[in-house]
Amino acid sequence: MTPTLTISRLTKAFPGSAGRQRIQAVEALKQVSLTLEAGKRAALLGHNGAGKSTMMKIVLGLIPFDSGEVSVCGAHPGSPAARTRVAYLPENVAFHPALTGEEQLRHYLSLRGEDPRQAMELLARVGLTPAARRRIGTYSKGMRQRVGLAQTLIGRPRLLVLDEPTSGLDPVSRRDFYDLLDGLAAEGTAILLSSHVLTEVEARTDRILILSGGELVAEGTLADLRARAALPVSLLVRPAPGYAARLAAAFPEGSQDGDGLLRLACRQAEKLPLLARITMLGSAVADLDVIPPSLEDIYSHFSRRDGQ
Amino acid sequence: MSRILATAVCEFRIALRNRWVSIATGMMVLFALVLAAAGSAPTGDVGVDRLSVTVASLTSLAVYLVPLLALLMSFDAVAGEVERGTLPLLLTYPVSRLQILLGKLLAHLAILGLAAALGYGAAALVAVGSDPGALKGLASLWRLIWSSVLLGATFLGAGYALSSMAKRPSGAAGLAIALWLVAVVLYDLALLALIVTDGGGAFTTQALPVALLANPADAFRVFNLSAAEAVAAAGGIGGAAGAIPLWQSAASLLLWPLAAIALAVAAFRKVTP
Ligand SMILES: Nc1ncnc2c1ncn2[C@@H]1O[C@H](COP(=O)(O)OP(=O)(O)OP(=O)(O)O)[C@@H](O)[C@H]1O
Ligand SMILES: [Mg+2]
Repeated sequence: MTPTLTISRLTKAFPGSAGRQRIQAVEALKQVSLTLEAGKRAALLGHNGAGKSTMMKIVLGLIPFDSGEVSVCGAHPGSPAARTRVAYLPENVAFHPALTGEEQLRHYLSLRGEDPRQAMELLARVGLTPAARRRIGTYSKGMRQRVGLAQTLIGRPRLLVLDEPTSGLDPVSRRDFYDLLDGLAAEGTAILLSSHVLTEVEARTDRILILSGGELVAEGTLADLRARAALPVSLLVRPAPGYAARLAAAFPEGSQDGDGLLRLACRQAEKLPLLARITMLGSAVADLDVIPPSLEDIYSHFSRRDGQ
Repeated sequence: MSRILATAVCEFRIALRNRWVSIATGMMVLFALVLAAAGSAPTGDVGVDRLSVTVASLTSLAVYLVPLLALLMSFDAVAGEVERGTLPLLLTYPVSRLQILLGKLLAHLAILGLAAALGYGAAALVAVGSDPGALKGLASLWRLIWSSVLLGATFLGAGYALSSMAKRPSGAAGLAIALWLVAVVLYDLALLALIVTDGGGAFTTQALPVALLANPADAFRVFNLSAAEAVAAAGGIGGAAGAIPLWQSAASLLLWPLAAIALAVAAFRKVTP
């Protein structure tokens, strides 16, 4: 089966001009390649200005690119064929404040050639029924975000491109939102979303892509990335009363704080031998915690902020 | 077609909520009634019915007011969407930029048509009320309404083009006012000055008709005055209207909207969200 989205060696630079003044061009994307199959959910991570939104806008055909190839459902990005199959949620989604949620969705439904009467049902799916007949100008940020989500559900898109979809959503709505995505993915929709919230991305997506300074620096499942980063594991050893000095002597490589709490770091492969050494100390050890590298650690390992 | 209609319905609703419909209609009715009142003094026996006289003065009003209303409604069309941030999402929908502009045009034309019909209608009622024989002038009233819509279409298209080029509503508003001043006010002043210095020479006979046809507002004036055969009464620049065949001013009136909309679409295609 051909992938829903294929990007190969995509490069994009923004001309560097501030008014009349010529400044250095911004290389927003450098030789980025990726594929996304139907029914898969991929999360795009990266620091501010890494190029996430730029990549999404290119996939949608909103901005041109310099070199490389992009194929969306077998069509050119932004072509009428691609546009009928792709739904987009921009970052900072906005609507005309004078329209009500229902009117706005009816309009979007008509533009996709769908029955406008589905508007209320779509709003119900994102929990906006009570506010449907109020003007969007009176909505809270999260409510506007939900209108944005509702419009992406119109007409079974084959590819969803969501730029920071959960920004502004409360924790319960976030969970509901990812449940919604699970349902869509199960029906074969490919989903590309960007996020700064690592924990939700960990549990609810199939694949992680990390952009840094316009380059795709890592790609894979979280387990892949964890293995590849091979970050050290931390062990916290609390000595039994009166044994602090003995513990420190046994592990000269560790660092000890004022309370005698000893911090050790080791590679994954060395973890079990180290544990064995600690347990050999017997009753000198009061407690032990093993702390695996956190998501943030793995993320920052890959996302070097070059040039920032 | 359904996408154009959907866009038009949405735009009309927005204009209704932004009070644009009431502002445009209110202005038209107010100015038309003032004109009708001013023109209701006995005119002596000029051999034309009262409605035709009213239409002649409404024409001079429309030359200023219709382009102004059209530009005021259109300058925000693209720049406003850019500023609000609604454009990127809209452009990912399976709707072409031409369809978007045509939808907006349809809504704005409907508003202009409504305002013109109500405004001129009010003035016509006053005229017919004081002179039942004025019903003869109904044809020229109808002509004034539809030619106003065409004139409006030209300036709506120009407004969309400016709105696309400016990228910011404040800039677009400035450009729109400048266009109005140049096309509607200064152009005629310049022509008048040239006529005066020329003193009935080659400019007045050769270049003036072309200059009048080249400006949509003047073409509108010339068309309505010559069609109503009220040329003699109009004087000034309108006096030159007699030299221009009706089909030429009609053609200018019809071609300008097409040119303006083509320009608008070309400018809108250049906008990257
Ligand atoms: N229209 C533009 N003109 C010039 N430079 C731009 C433009 N849009 C984006 N850039 C630059 O391209 C780079 C990537 O921006 P982009 O918006 O893709 O970042 P991002 O990964 O989405 O960041 P964030 O997490 O803050 O949303 C940045 O350096 C930005 O300044
Ligand atoms: Mg972004």
